[in-house]
Amino acid sequence: MRNLVSAAVMALSLAAGPALAKDTLKVGMIVTLSGPPGALGNQARDGFQLALDEMGGKLGGMETEFILEDDELKADVAQSKARALVEREEVDFVVGTIFSNMLAAIYKPVIKSGTFLISPNAGPSTFAGKNCHENFFVTSYQNNQNFEVLGKIATDKKYKKVFMLAPNYQAGKDAMAGFKQNYKGKIADEVFTPLGHKDFSAEIARIADAEADALFIFMPGGMGVRFVKQFRASGLADKMAFLSAFTVDETTLPAQKDDAVGMNGATNWAPDLDNAQTAAFTAAFEEKYDYIPGGYAMQAYDTAKLIDSAVKAAGGTGDKDAVRAALEAADFTSLRGDFSFNNNHYPVQDFYLLEVVKREDGKYHTSIVEKIFDDYSDSYAEACKL
Amino acid sequence: MSSTLLLIQLLNGIQLGVLLFLIAAGLTLVFGVMGFINLAHGVQYMIGAYLTVWFYGMTGHFGAALVLALLAALALALFLEFAVFRHLYDRDHLDQVLATFGVILFLNQAVKVIWGPVPLVISPPEFLAGTFRLTENLNYSIWRIAIIVIGLAIAALLWFLVTKTRIGMLVRAGASNAEMVGALGVDIRRLFMIVFGFGAMLAGFAGSIAAPIYSVEPGMGDGLLITAFVVIVIGGIGSIRGTFIAALLVGLVDTLGRSTITDILKLFLEPSAANQIGPALASMAIYILMAAVLFFRPEGLFPAQGRRA
Repeated sequence: MRNLVSAAVMALSLAAGPALAKDTLKVGMIVTLSGPPGALGNQARDGFQLALDEMGGKLGGMETEFILEDDELKADVAQSKARALVEREEVDFVVGTIFSNMLAAIYKPVIKSGTFLISPNAGPSTFAGKNCHENFFVTSYQNNQNFEVLGKIATDKKYKKVFMLAPNYQAGKDAMAGFKQNYKGKIADEVFTPLGHKDFSAEIARIADAEADALFIFMPGGMGVRFVKQFRASGLADKMAFLSAFTVDETTLPAQKDDAVGMNGATNWAPDLDNAQTAAFTAAFEEKYDYIPGGYAMQAYDTAKLIDSAVKAAGGTGDKDAVRAALEAADFTSLRGDFSFNNNHYPVQDFYLLEVVKREDGKYHTSIVEKIFDDYSDSYAEACKL
Repeated sequence: MSSTLLLIQLLNGIQLGVLLFLIAAGLTLVFGVMGFINLAHGVQYMIGAYLTVWFYGMTGHFGAALVLALLAALALALFLEFAVFRHLYDRDHLDQVLATFGVILFLNQAVKVIWGPVPLVISPPEFLAGTFRLTENLNYSIWRIAIIVIGLAIAALLWFLVTKTRIGMLVRAGASNAEMVGALGVDIRRLFMIVFGFGAMLAGFAGSIAAPIYSVEPGMGDGLLITAFVVIVIGGIGSIRGTFIAALLVGLVDTLGRSTITDILKLFLEPSAANQIGPALASMAIYILMAAVLFFRPEGLFPAQGRRA
């Protein structure tokens, strides 16, 4: 009798095993959820979850298991979690990361395993050019693009003298280089601060002294919160234009509040972008999570929709080539409206000048001022041989 | 660089120095008197800032929030002393570093769980919230001036406490030779507790008054702790006077370094090279200062008298 039972159990589990693999889809997400930068990862998580819930927990018609991991902004943690996702969980897609240095950490283990890797935010130049890969996709932007857009804006507005400020690390240097690509005027000064800088009083005194027309600034996270507050107190905000990237957005505005109103940014989307899907998304997101979604949430939402469209078109995940072709087609309704993939699997999309506004209910968000680039692609795609 | 800009930067440097002093004063006493390395001192600064924001939300009054935050920070410090640190005084420094590092991780995470990862902000009390015109282009926050005044007042108070009162005398004696003070019949454990609580409260106070100009976020004290250690090493461990002078020195060197080194390098280097080297050198300036001080005076500028190295 005992043998019979165990044989039955064995037979059942054998039967269940392959069946399970066939009609459930596994998606692993690795984003930063701890520490102050965790606010960014929270948005990505919520954006993806919202899309999943709206589609009844299914992507491409398949029951979907969503595995969420925190990289803690540590390369070794990110790498071991990525390994666990592809080796132990055998996920079909890895979605990650927020930060480019985390992407560098998970890239190799994920790509080596043959799993699709889709970045909902980080878009480093490293994988955009000759190191592009057929299984790697980016649904956000190439990192330099927002800065290039700001450079274009400064040129269009005929600013004669711009003061530049960024933290002293790779992304800060890329920001300066990106801005200069399209800006042809004079540069008053280029100042690098330490990463995580607390007190900008010394830098603000120099900005006041330089008498520039505009400030170009890249100060992500808490640095941006502190800078905006101190810059507003200095009275300079009324005297010069404020051109920023990743400095005033939906993750920092709850802390910056009135101090940031009227300041400018540039990116690929804002919660009030004029299309039906964005209006529905923003309303549903706020209803569910009680805060205004930013680009991080939007990109994660689009990522879920992209996976949904690809799995549906390929009729499952069995045929990787079919899934890849369907991903490349990007046949889904993006919150951004226009969206397609370039040959390097980075997006071709529109970019906008944004301004911080206060809504009637007292909440703050970025708002579209005007379109700066139509179907803008990054400058590394040419070197990609895909 | 114009002379007004230099003056503004001096003001900024002094303001940073005063904040550093408030944090480092407690650290130097705890380290000097108790021989105890408390890495969690920076966390006390963070707790002070968070509690101020929290009580401000409840009472709507900055002064009341400040007082309540100080009392709560003191209570937390005494609890930590009782629950964790007390058991580490006789252990070696490695154990202390490990245990207090654990406290940092725990409290940073706890703060995130309670108040969330997003930075919080708070306004200074209304009558100090404004700005005044410093130059044609630049307004200067009155609160920054207030920080300098408050900090100097506390420095004076500390100087009085340490040099003119009985408890201050015991603290100074403890910094020189804690065992001997104990042997003379002073309850050294109680002295430790007072010093510890007072030091933690000062750090919490620094967090409270820094909150209106910086953002309040998890881990905000970690970077400052390192600078505070630089201050106490330069000033001489256990010496309030040394800490005061070293804090101002570090504040000025850091601020002036950041605002002038790149420009100075541009005089004889390519601008792009100066932009590469300048910020790196500016970040190193205080450590170079520390190395120089240690080379000429290994005990720091004003070591506690008779302290055994």
